[in-house]
Amino acid sequence: MSVDKIENNSRRDFLRKSALAGGGLVLGFYFDPANSATKRVAKPSAISENSVFKPNAFIRIDPNGTVTLISKQPEIGQGIKTSLPMIIAEELEVNWKDVVIVQGDLDPIYGSQSAGGSRSTPTNYEEFHRLGATARTMLTQAAAAIWQVPVSELIARASAVHHSATGRKLGYGQLVEKAAVLPVPSKESVKLKDSKDYKLLGSRIGGVDNPSVVTGKPLFGIDVKLPGLLYAVYEKAPVFGSKVLSANLDKIKLLPGVRHAFVIEGGTDLKGLLPGVAIVADSTWAAFSARKQLEVVWDESLAATQSWEGFSAKAKTLSSQSGTDVLRNDGDVKVALKGASKTVEAAYSYPFISHASIEPQNCTAWYKDGAIEIWAPTQNPEAGQKVITETLGIPKDKITLHITRSGGGFGRRLIPDYIVEAAAIAQHLKTPVKLTWSREDDLRHDQYRAGGFHFLRGGLNDKGKLIAWHNHFVTFANKVVKDGKSKLEIGSGANLSGDEFPGRWVENCLLEQTPLECNIPMGPWRAPRSNVLAWVFHSFIDELAHAAGRDPLEFRLEILGDKDFIPGTGEQGIPYDVNRMKHVLQHVAEQAEWGKKKLPRGQGQGIAFHFSHRGYIAQVAEVTVSKDGKLKVDRVVVSTDIGAQIVNLSGAENQVQGSVVDGLGALIFQELNIEKGRIVQSNFGDYPMIRIADAPTQVDVHFLKTDNPVTGLGEPALPPLAPAVCNAIFAATGIRVRQLPLLRTDLSWT
Amino acid sequence: MSKYKLTVNGAPKTVEVASDTPLLWVLRDHLNLVGTKFGCGIGQCGACTVHIDGQPTRACQTLVSKVGKSQITTIEGLHPHGEHPLQKVWQELDVPQCGYCQAGQIMTAAALLKKNPRPTDDEIDVALAGNLCRCGTYLRIRAGIHRAAEIAGKESA
Repeated sequence: MSVDKIENNSRRDFLRKSALAGGGLVLGFYFDPANSATKRVAKPSAISENSVFKPNAFIRIDPNGTVTLISKQPEIGQGIKTSLPMIIAEELEVNWKDVVIVQGDLDPIYGSQSAGGSRSTPTNYEEFHRLGATARTMLTQAAAAIWQVPVSELIARASAVHHSATGRKLGYGQLVEKAAVLPVPSKESVKLKDSKDYKLLGSRIGGVDNPSVVTGKPLFGIDVKLPGLLYAVYEKAPVFGSKVLSANLDKIKLLPGVRHAFVIEGGTDLKGLLPGVAIVADSTWAAFSARKQLEVVWDESLAATQSWEGFSAKAKTLSSQSGTDVLRNDGDVKVALKGASKTVEAAYSYPFISHASIEPQNCTAWYKDGAIEIWAPTQNPEAGQKVITETLGIPKDKITLHITRSGGGFGRRLIPDYIVEAAAIAQHLKTPVKLTWSREDDLRHDQYRAGGFHFLRGGLNDKGKLIAWHNHFVTFANKVVKDGKSKLEIGSGANLSGDEFPGRWVENCLLEQTPLECNIPMGPWRAPRSNVLAWVFHSFIDELAHAAGRDPLEFRLEILGDKDFIPGTGEQGIPYDVNRMKHVLQHVAEQAEWGKKKLPRGQGQGIAFHFSHRGYIAQVAEVTVSKDGKLKVDRVVVSTDIGAQIVNLSGAENQVQGSVVDGLGALIFQELNIEKGRIVQSNFGDYPMIRIADAPTQVDVHFLKTDNPVTGLGEPALPPLAPAVCNAIFAATGIRVRQLPLLRTDLSWT
Repeated sequence: MSKYKLTVNGAPKTVEVASDTPLLWVLRDHLNLVGTKFGCGIGQCGACTVHIDGQPTRACQTLVSKVGKSQITTIEGLHPHGEHPLQKVWQELDVPQCGYCQAGQIMTAAALLKKNPRPTDDEIDVALAGNLCRCGTYLRIRAGIHRAAEIAGKESA
């Protein structure tokens, strides 16, 4: 039963049980996971016979030798529930097959638990090494004390401490009682393993939940079951944020299986609890069925006139004007363009798109005696807790939040709108309730990847060198009220940094931005900004390379230049390591035999690179375009530099291949239309997603190890895909794709 | 509400539900077989794929009243010990990312292998066309089906 599994797996629960068992919890002190390995935040509790070794909040070793590791970050398909515990296991010297991984609930003891921005690996990597090494050190010290031999004669290996001189060994389970009473060693005294001795890190480890996935065990938020559970749906206005004027609740309440139907007033925050009608029934289907007969009159005065067509027309008008914000202004673009030997001008545009995670948003909540328990597929449990406190007045310490596995995230589950909806319904009912969004809800109430329009001009000198770059970016903003003042706020993931390549590199560079006001919720979509800016900029760079009559690789290497580092100046402020990018670019060109293949018309190679989420990635795509315009991506070669160590080779390859397929799907298919302030598309019938036949035939993934900090891989491999493919299409056909999705461009050639 | 006698994974089951209830929700809400997933509700994503008399079928498009005496097999019943070659290979090759669609992928692939023990890439693409994987594990799904075919071939040889 899912309830047992999910509840029993919660760390909070097992702590409670250990305490109830009569002092079973021996070491109640924790390391502050964000800072020092030695900082105690609680005092040791009483010692008992049933001692377990818990040197920190993430590791528990039982007397029977069972090693339990907590995974604190939400698992959304990025593999973190496998990879972070691998780091501890490596340093702890335990057999991976003996390790039990438990998903941690939301708890400040773990530090940040948000999974976004490809940050989970870089922010935890060093600390997790130290957590494992500290426990290993203490277990070794325990053995030394028992045997009365120096620590230096001992070695920890395969869940045991060995004394090779005498051939003795003690399993970790036999050492926990002694280890539990030892002081925690200082950070400096704990020795981390040399990377050449790694056994686990860099190997291929299957996802820890795979056995449950392939046999259909309950894992996901939507699988949660509770005693007396009721099933809810929540109808919101098609025009975002509209209030309920009236609803036929009396009729709905009489329908089979319906227990409750009521209006939730809601607020105006597009990322919070919006107005709507809740229907609660005995089963999901009873709730879905009743909803078909729901009639709501909405106050749609807010934004019912918005349309994509209108936005496009407005953007076109703006193209000839100056932007409202200047993001970067180096040199003198106007003079440089006037003096250029050659200029190129182009307009690029892309639509709003949805995350469409395959598990629709859902959340289970149980409100009882002023406290609430939540089971949520979320990337951002802290945000879920916060919005419940702020909206429903339930104090933080009265909120228990269990993090379930998520059927995809892609940034969608950073926004907790569905969590506060379930909590509001549960608070009203005071009974366990599961809210399930339909696919239509999911598509029509997303936090969308914003659309955008780029009006670009580039100038080349007489040697074909890029000397001027002008971009007027027309983007989207919501009106928000902050501190009593109403202002326009550019959508999340809809802004351009003045540092974005080729800003910082071109001597005459003007980047301008103008926001269009809209009432459409916007949020981070896998590799926010980068997921589409890379397409615009590397497509236009390709146009310039061809206009200059130069090889697109060589043209790019010239832009990157000879400096080792380019300091950050904009909001992102991250220095750009030019050599790392050149390295992956040259590597991918070699692997793909760039420029060496004689390809017939209809086939081509395209190249692109992008720096995001601290990862340096370059890609070459090889495509075939048939005469009637059918595209097949034959091969994508990816060269990746994310630092000194790949944690889980299998997971890392999966992320890169998945990013390539995801990037290709967004490129070819994804598009939302907006009419009368609402999203037109409703489900996968009119919002097609990439299917198996359109996936590339081959994706070659190369990891270049460099002496740099280890960084994340959920996002950075996605952005270069779209420009690499579009540049390959140009090489194959001479057709330049300047509008997304690709379906809108006729690729047929003669 | 009506009573329906079903045969699910070889066992008789009785449920009392509205006649228009899709098999998907009978499995998930009434029989606690949650391995069959809800993805779209319109037969477009394949996450709810089960076998009905061996045929891969969208449970969200199958009304409980139309099932009759047919044998229903879900991911939980594909193999008594979860050791169907596809279930083994999916772990060996680490196919899943989020894993939500994989029960549907495996059920469709199992039906394919039964009909066609050594499918080509093109045949896989045709058979699996109805199963979305939002994480993009398609390359490993292809590789996994080939590998399972190879193992099944050796086992039966």
